[in-house]
Amino acid sequence: MSLIEVENLKVHFPIRGGVFQTVKDHVRAVDGVSFSIEQGQTYGLVGESGSGKTTTGRAIIGLNDITSGKVLFEGRDLASVSRKEYIDVRKDIQMIFQDPFSSLNPKKRVIDIVAEPLRNYEKLSAKDERIRVQELMELVGLSPEAIYKYPHEFSGGQRQRIGIARAIALKPKLIIADEPVSALDVSVQAQVLNFMREIQKELNLTYLFISHDLGIIRHMCDHIGIMYKGRYVEHGTAEEIFTNPQHIYTKRLIAAIPDSDPRNREKHYANRKLVKSEYDRLEKDFFDEEGLPFSLKSISATHQVALGEGV
Amino acid sequence: MNDVLLEIKNLKTSFRIKDDYYAAVDDVSLNVRKNEVLAIVGESGSGKSAFAFSIMGLHTRAKIEGEINYKGTNLVNANANYMKQLRGSEMGMIFQDALSALNPLMVVGAQIDEAIFLHNPKTSKSLRKKQVINLLNQVGIPRPEKTYYQYPHELSGGMRQRIVIAMAISNQPELLIADEPTTALDVTIQSQILDLIKELKDTMHAGIILITHDLGVVAEMADRVAVMYAGQIVEIADIYTLMENPQHPYTRSLLNSIPTLAEVKSDLHVIQGVVPSLQKLPRTGCRFASRIPWIEDSAHEASPELHEISHGHFVRCTCYKDFYFPEQAKEERNYVAN
Repeated sequence: MSLIEVENLKVHFPIRGGVFQTVKDHVRAVDGVSFSIEQGQTYGLVGESGSGKTTTGRAIIGLNDITSGKVLFEGRDLASVSRKEYIDVRKDIQMIFQDPFSSLNPKKRVIDIVAEPLRNYEKLSAKDERIRVQELMELVGLSPEAIYKYPHEFSGGQRQRIGIARAIALKPKLIIADEPVSALDVSVQAQVLNFMREIQKELNLTYLFISHDLGIIRHMCDHIGIMYKGRYVEHGTAEEIFTNPQHIYTKRLIAAIPDSDPRNREKHYANRKLVKSEYDRLEKDFFDEEGLPFSLKSISATHQVALGEGV
Repeated sequence: MNDVLLEIKNLKTSFRIKDDYYAAVDDVSLNVRKNEVLAIVGESGSGKSAFAFSIMGLHTRAKIEGEINYKGTNLVNANANYMKQLRGSEMGMIFQDALSALNPLMVVGAQIDEAIFLHNPKTSKSLRKKQVINLLNQVGIPRPEKTYYQYPHELSGGMRQRIVIAMAISNQPELLIADEPTTALDVTIQSQILDLIKELKDTMHAGIILITHDLGVVAEMADRVAVMYAGQIVEIADIYTLMENPQHPYTRSLLNSIPTLAEVKSDLHVIQGVVPSLQKLPRTGCRFASRIPWIEDSAHEASPELHEISHGHFVRCTCYKDFYFPEQAKEERNYVAN
C-alpha cells in the first residue's frame, strides 16, 4: 500500500461579491488531482506560479480546506476523519516552508521553535526536551549549544535547517517540502538538498517535493507530476518526464530551462522556438475550450499524459 | 581598444557602519565593450548589485573611489545633474522586482512616456505615444494600445518585467544594466525575457551588464563572465573558457554545486562556511581561504592579485594551482589503496 494516496483532490476558493458578499464563482486552484507516493520515495510536484502545486501540498497537511476528493494517508481519509483522529495523523505529516526568514518566529529561541511539536504531542520533562532538541540540532548539523539563540543569529541555510529540525522532531513519515531551497544561494541550496537526502535515508522519510526548478526536481525526485491550472498535464518517473515528455506543456517547460553548456546556445534557442511554434499550433489538441488540460491517459504503466480525444 | 564602452578602474564602494567604512566593492577593474553581454556572477553578499548601483550612481550614502570612465568622463566625480541626464537615456537599468520598480498609481504607458519626455521634452505628445506603442510592440506585449492604459497590478509578472525593459530601452541606451532580471519569474517566462534581451542586444548593439546568481542564465546569455566573491573579482574570462576550463576554486565550487539536467549526481558539492558579512571580511590574504580550509596556507598569496593565465583569462590568487575537491581526494586515495 502506498503511504499516501490522493484521489481526485479539489480545492476551490469562493469568489465573493455584490452587496451581501454572496458567492459568485469559484477559483479552481486544484481541480481533480490524483497521485500516490510509496514509503521512502520522493515525489516532485512541478508547475509555474498559480498552477496549484502549493495549494495541493497545503490541502494535504490541512492548511487549506479540501472541497472534495480523498487524501488517504495509510488508508485513513484525511478529508473525513474526526478531529481527534486527525490530530493523531497530523503528527506523521510535517512541512518545510519556502522562506526560512518568515517561517520561524523571531521572538522565540531555537529550543522553543524546535520543541513546539514535541510539546504538542509528547509530555517530556524540561531536561529530556532539551536533550531531544540538542540531538535534533546535531542531526541537522548545527551546534547543540546554539539552542538558546534566536533565529536572526543564523544564516539562511542554517535557518532552513532549523525548520527541518522542527519538521523531523516527531519522526514523521511524510514531509511536504514547499520550495525548500528557492530562497537560498546556490552553495547553501546544495547543502540543504544533500542534507535532505541524507536524513531521508536515515529516517526512511517520504517527501512531497514542491518546486518550480526542474534541475532540482530531477536531482531529488523518483516520480514527477506536472501541474497546469490546477490539473495534471503529465505524470511519470523522472526518467520518463525528462527524456520522453509527451505533453507540449512539459516539452515547453523543459525547453525553457537554460542549458549549462554555452556551446549549445544556438541549438537550444532554435529548439525553444520550434517547441514554441509547435505549442501554438497544437494548443487546441492539448487543451479544451477553456484552456484547461484534459484528463490523464496512461501511455505506459507509470506514465500518464493529459491527451484529448483526437491525439 | 576602440569598442570599449565603459572602463572601470580600481572601483571601491564603501558603506559606513558606525564610524568605519567597509568596502562592499573592493578594487574592481573591468571593461564593458559595445555589443557584448558581460555577466557578473556571485552569491548574495558578493557585492554584485552594489557594483551595478555604483555605475548608475544610485548609491546615496556610499563612498565611491576609483574611476568609472564613460565617454571621457569619470562618473565617480560627475555631478548629480550629469548623472541624471545619463540615467534613463544613455544608461538603462532593468531591476529585479518589476512590481516595486513601477509606480502603482500610473498607467504603464504614462510611465514609459515619462521616461521619454524627461530626456526629450520637445517631442510632441502624439509622437511620444507612438513611440511608447512601438516600444511595447518591441518587447512583445500582445495588445499595446490596450496595455498602455493598464496599471501594473493588472499585468502578470512577465508582462511587468517587459514594461520595465521597455522603459529601460526607451531612449536607446548604449549601456544596459540588468540586475537579476528573471529571478522572480517562472522558467517559461524567464526564457522569453532572456530571448528578448538577446534580440534587443542584436538590434541596439548596446553593452549589457547582466547580474545574476544563476549559472544557467549565464551559460545562455553571456559573452564574458566575471565571478565576484566578497567584493572582488576572482575570475574573469570569456564564457567558453569559464565554463569549460574554470580555474578559481570559487568558480569551480559554484559550478559543482548546481544540479543539472545533463547528469544526475549522487551528491552536490557543498561550499563550506558562508559568505562573510561586510564587517567580518578578511582584508588581507585570500578571501576564499576560509572556505577551502583543506588547502594549505602556503598555496595562497599574501596579497592576492589577478593573474592573466591565458589571453583574457584572469584568476585571483595562486591557490587555484593546488586546489582539489576533498571528495576527489578521497576517491583517489581509495583507488591507490585498492
